[in-house]
Amino acid sequence: MALIANSAKLRSYREELVDKKAKEGKKVVAICAGTGCNAYGSPKVVAAFREEIEKQGLSDKIEIKPTGCHGFCERGTLVLMHPEKQLYQRVKPEAVAEIVDRTLKGGEVLEEHLYDNPVTGEKHRTEHEIPFYKHQERLILGKNGEIDPTSIDDYIAMGGYDGLAKALEKGPEAVLEEVKKANVRGRGGGGFPAGRKWETCKNAPSDKRYIICNADEGDPGAFMDRSILEGNPHAVIEGMIIAAFTIGSDEGYVYVRHEYPLAIERLTIALAQAREWGFLGKGILGTGLDFNIKINRGGGAFVCGESTALMMSIEGKVGEPRAKHIHTVISGLYNKPTNLNNVETYANIPLILDKGADWYIGKGTKGSPGTKIFSLVGKVNNTGLVEAEMGMTLRQIIFDIGGGIPDGNEFKAVQTGGPSGGCLPASKLDLKVDFDSLWEEGSMMGSGGMIVMDDKTCMVDVAKYFLGFLKFESCGKCTTCREGLRRLHELVTDISEGKGTEETISLIEELCDTVEAGSLCALGTTAMNPVLSTLKFFRDEYMAHVKDHRCPAGVCKELITYEITDNCNGCMVCAKRCPEDCIAGEKKQLHVIDIEKCIKCGICKDVCKFDAVRVY
Amino acid sequence: MTVKFTINGVKVEAESGDSVIDTARRYGFDIPSLCHHQAVTPYGACRVCLVEITKGGRKKITTCCNYEVLDGIDVVTDSEAIHKHRAMVLELILAEAPDAEPVKKLAAKYGVNVSRFERPKAGAAQERHDCIMCGLCVRVCTEIVEVNALAFNGRGYNRGVGGPYLEAPQSCIACGACAWVCPTDCIGFVEEDGMRKVLKWDRELPMEKDEDGRPFAPKFQLHYFKEKFGLPADIYKKAPGTR
Ligand SMILES: Cc1cc2nc3c(=O)[nH]c(=O)nc-3n(C[C@H](O)[C@H](O)[C@H](O)COP(=O)(O)O)c2cc1C
Ligand code: SF4
Ligand code: SF4
Ligand code: SF4
Ligand code: SF4
Ligand code: SF4
Ligand code: FES
Ligand code: FES
Repeated sequence: MALIANSAKLRSYREELVDKKAKEGKKVVAICAGTGCNAYGSPKVVAAFREEIEKQGLSDKIEIKPTGCHGFCERGTLVLMHPEKQLYQRVKPEAVAEIVDRTLKGGEVLEEHLYDNPVTGEKHRTEHEIPFYKHQERLILGKNGEIDPTSIDDYIAMGGYDGLAKALEKGPEAVLEEVKKANVRGRGGGGFPAGRKWETCKNAPSDKRYIICNADEGDPGAFMDRSILEGNPHAVIEGMIIAAFTIGSDEGYVYVRHEYPLAIERLTIALAQAREWGFLGKGILGTGLDFNIKINRGGGAFVCGESTALMMSIEGKVGEPRAKHIHTVISGLYNKPTNLNNVETYANIPLILDKGADWYIGKGTKGSPGTKIFSLVGKVNNTGLVEAEMGMTLRQIIFDIGGGIPDGNEFKAVQTGGPSGGCLPASKLDLKVDFDSLWEEGSMMGSGGMIVMDDKTCMVDVAKYFLGFLKFESCGKCTTCREGLRRLHELVTDISEGKGTEETISLIEELCDTVEAGSLCALGTTAMNPVLSTLKFFRDEYMAHVKDHRCPAGVCKELITYEITDNCNGCMVCAKRCPEDCIAGEKKQLHVIDIEKCIKCGICKDVCKFDAVRVY
Repeated sequence: MTVKFTINGVKVEAESGDSVIDTARRYGFDIPSLCHHQAVTPYGACRVCLVEITKGGRKKITTCCNYEVLDGIDVVTDSEAIHKHRAMVLELILAEAPDAEPVKKLAAKYGVNVSRFERPKAGAAQERHDCIMCGLCVRVCTEIVEVNALAFNGRGYNRGVGGPYLEAPQSCIACGACAWVCPTDCIGFVEEDGMRKVLKWDRELPMEKDEDGRPFAPKFQLHYFKEKFGLPADIYKKAPGTR
């Protein structure tokens, strides 16, 4: 017998949980146990806290709760003290005893663990005061700091599965209308309205339909989906159940990237609990809904995240895209109507059902309601997972949340949308970030990658990097993608080596046109974005490479020269470290580089404390 | 079920499940192809069969060998844009198979006589010798011969075709069907000294001799056909034509 027999029982069960927690009146210390913080030793911090709490006899006053990712991984291990949300960062196990003693018991604030703002030098005590968090709208990620992902009760106590209960009361038609009205758009790349996809799938004639969650997350540096699955797996499960109910499906899959063991572990636990509690299985919450979810481990290639390749892979075949002249919502997995959505898309669904579409469309912009999670990385002070309301400008995300560019360097460009996104220059910083605005500027939302670049970045080099990634990840089926990307990479490499001409640039543009028009799946049809956007916004830089054989940013090795200037005081450090032994000079004398031998590794520039090495 | 649509403004009919390319050809429209064969499942690899198809008011450039006919679509088989894209695709293919006559001929038809992409290349691609990864050999071997001797290996520009793990295909019966269907003629198939050789796959099989001592087919192939079709044990004692 399921623990939660129906919606009324769910509500009384929640009340009991809330009452019980209130009676216990424990102070909750949430310690991030996401993949990032784990790497910083979070399990040891958790163990140290538990031991110390036990030792000090505080077990009935304080609850130690390992949670999912809080988004600020670079500051791990994070320790968040509820209810004020006081945040200690970079906590090491050695510091735990003192924190328990002085902060948890004594109420003292330990300055050394507070976040120190690299921009202002200020220290901030609580999460709400830290700019990184202050400007975010954490509808999805916020719960990560409060929920123990291995406890379904934690999720239920916070209102979890209430969206499902409401959906079941409304009936499938009304739920569909709600999701359509909310206009929630796919967070996995394309931004297609989920409601419309659900509707087509629901109306496709068939005796069987599938629900799939795409958790393949292959974009380099992206980890939003991982963090949701690790931190709040039930939100995704609940979203999938609501989809199943609406569309009429009894079988679901979560296709999880192979390299995500912790996400798989947490999801496995959550699925087992959902079954035991009666949210999965037969006759869910006393209704006629039967639904189950299986986990499928990804095939290991980037292209397996593409819808048709993903379905092939679940069927046990090689994950290779096929033509989609008939959409997978009509004929997908095992040729049955199949609804595929991304992790973050599903995680939005319970919110919409719980709070209503009207509330949801009040967030974000008209065309792109709600929030989007970005992985903000690169040359920016605060890196991490950022959930921003749609319509925030790039400037607000990079400078207010991200704290701007470190080391006093200038902002140069931001690449959004993962490997096939475009690079936008400073003149576009006031662009509102939503699906359509980014697309119009030759970039895209993609799954939410955001790489910030400073003035030390060469845009030709950037285009070369992404083409290199994409040509390697192409499945190799279509000529346009397999050969087209290989050739584009060769041509851009020519330019970076000073071997390009203006003809090379026009050939690149010509070829991009055909790669876009002629490729089978979106890997090929969007692969030209990094090249075309850099050509559009940074054409001068290409021209400098082509005409003057010069790399203005000083990155492209073939086009730069290292030189020691008069600033040199003859400390000899560079000469000792040069791998080619090509720096000559006496102590306290000006040093000289033998440019014939120099391999342009840049070590001399990095080690010189007197800013005497110049690149031109 | 009969499907009605237009090609270049001409009203045409086809059976549902038919491909646009086959229908167009049946009506005498010329669409180039390098990876298509009516006998096997369409794959959509070479991308030279690009056409424009308007469906529900939306025009799209797409391949048509793997496009199943639909009521009410409008197909345009040639335009400036189509010509330009086909020429570019052929330029890419010509660089892969600079010595393949059929490719040279088709490319020339689109005004491509030299490829701007040709250059000494490194890596797996160099080993391919005119293979353009069309996958016809794989599909023929799997779907017609049904011995599954061939597969694609690797991905992207490192893609190759051959036996599993690029070793000589163990289940190849040296029937030669793949060599026959290959659009660039790069597989190579010879009979000599009582042996049948499929050069690209490094497969060599001795020929069975008929009663008069004339070699006529690889033993392995005959054994396979006997098993598959349950033929009598002595069926192959005579070469075809003398039987
Ligand atoms: C090469 C390629 C890789 C993709 N990888 C992913 C992925 O890792 N995760 C994802 O959700 N969508 C990925 N997509 C997009 C999916 O094909 C699909 O559009 C998406 O999962 C649909 O869900 P949504 O509408 O909720 O975004 C990829 C697409 C392509 C072309
Ligand atoms: S576009 Fe690229 S990744 Fe997609 S099917 Fe073609 S070759 Fe494969
Ligand atoms: S490290 Fe700098 S200051 Fe020292 S010798 Fe080299 S160039 Fe001169
Ligand atoms: S760039 Fe590298 S090789 Fe060249 S002088 Fe400096 S340390 Fe030596
Ligand atoms: S010759 Fe070998 S590889 Fe080619 S089709 Fe026949 S059995 Fe297959
Ligand atoms: S060997 Fe021939 S048939 Fe096989 S993939 Fe290459 S070009 Fe096509
Ligand atoms: S893993 Fe701890 S904040 Fe991301
Ligand atoms: S013939 Fe259509 S893609 Fe090759």
